[in-house]
Amino acid sequence: MIVNPRIYAASTTRILRQLRTDRRTVAMILFVPSLIMVLLYFLYQNVPTPAGQVPLFDRIAITMLGIIPFIVMFLVTSIAMQRERSSGTLERLLTTPLSKLDLLAGYGTAFSIAATAQAALACGVAFWFLSLTTQGSALWVILIAVVNAVLGVALGLLCSAFARTEFQAVQFMPVIVIPQLLLCGLLVPRNQLPQWLEWISNVLPLSYAVEALQQVATHPGTTALMWRDLGIVALFVAVALGLGAATLRRRTP
Amino acid sequence: MTEAPESSAARPAPLAVEIHGLDVTRGGAPALLDVTLSIARGSITGLLGPSGCGKTTLMRCVVGTQIVESGTVTVLGRPAGSAPLRSRVGYVTQEPSVYLDISIRDNVRYFASLYGRGNDAVAETIEAVGLSAHAHHAAGDLSGGQLSRVSLACALVGRPEVLVLDEPTVGLDPVLRAELWEHFASLAASGTTLLVSSHVMDEADHCESLLLLREGRLLAHVPPDELRRRTGKSNLEEAFLVLIRDQQVGVQP
Repeated sequence: MIVNPRIYAASTTRILRQLRTDRRTVAMILFVPSLIMVLLYFLYQNVPTPAGQVPLFDRIAITMLGIIPFIVMFLVTSIAMQRERSSGTLERLLTTPLSKLDLLAGYGTAFSIAATAQAALACGVAFWFLSLTTQGSALWVILIAVVNAVLGVALGLLCSAFARTEFQAVQFMPVIVIPQLLLCGLLVPRNQLPQWLEWISNVLPLSYAVEALQQVATHPGTTALMWRDLGIVALFVAVALGLGAATLRRRTP
Repeated sequence: MTEAPESSAARPAPLAVEIHGLDVTRGGAPALLDVTLSIARGSITGLLGPSGCGKTTLMRCVVGTQIVESGTVTVLGRPAGSAPLRSRVGYVTQEPSVYLDISIRDNVRYFASLYGRGNDAVAETIEAVGLSAHAHHAAGDLSGGQLSRVSLACALVGRPEVLVLDEPTVGLDPVLRAELWEHFASLAASGTTLLVSSHVMDEADHCESLLLLREGRLLAHVPPDELRRRTGKSNLEEAFLVLIRDQQVGVQP
């Protein structure tokens, strides 16, 4: 997938350098998910847990650990890429030997590094300080969170092609994120949805990400279903990146 | 008829750019009409004409970012925009297209790595555009003139054989303009072909030949002195106006 390793590495470094100069964004990427975990913890502190059931906080927190990186990285990426398009740097890059996939992979890698730090911190806070418990290992939760972040990056890259301004890029957030949030099984178990909503839910990637997280929550070790779900999310990533590459045109009218 | 054969006959050297019967439509209106010309290697060619006459469109055709209606554009013996040309043709857009949030050095270093150039090329190029003292400053903190020099450096660092510059001297003080033209002359002396657009005629004398463009048509392709001789005007601005008036009454130049 990477055409020229030197150009891919240089693009990743450049994007990370740009991110690093924006300290406020870095701080928000790193700490906001952890703070939301803390907020969730206190939100459910006084809600009684019926005997033999999983505490509500545990059920919600594990899902949120997967969803938040998706939302944050979708926003960051769609705006970063929109900026690359509107500033003229994208057109310029496409006159150089850079291949489109090297650029997209550079974005994917740079933001995934940020997402890994974010997910590790949020999981650390949730598991150590807020006594979140899962049957499976916290490492699997981090892995799924990172895959979700990559999904956010891929969809963000794709959606940026349809936004002329940063304002429009932000508006894609509710369009892409909220329906997935409602239908992913967090609010209503997917098998209790009306048939037609379940069908829609079946073609949304976040549904599979959340199912994978629930597998980790309820099973020690990994399950075949978890790997299948992760594979489906990875497939969505590949398709979104491919479509995103198709929207980068070297020749324009 | 244009005067392209004249200059190519005088120079048996291989051609850097050959354009034949080029038609381009932008936004539903014709932007270039039946443009035919050729540019010799190692020359400086000025592209002149009022704003909106198609200068940028013609440059985009040479770089290969413009979708063309009909006609052929050949650069260094290959179709414009083809993959092997991407490391041999440099393009500097009118608006400086660089990354404002990283330093001058990081900008130039990024483009250097796209072209496979090392750190010595980076330092040399920043020196050549007179920004060594500011190399560690964020591009966003620079003045307009400095920024356009960063943008120029990002193309120069690739040591292109053909350099396409869209209004590179806009907003520069007279001293810097003179320095930049000296630099262009030394590049041409070392074999680089430069195509430089401007809407001010007083820069035309730095060029070996001039392309005079108006409303998408090539009015003439002549050396500055030939333009003076033909129109009987010593001032190039007046000479251009004479040429336009002759066109309007249907007299071929």
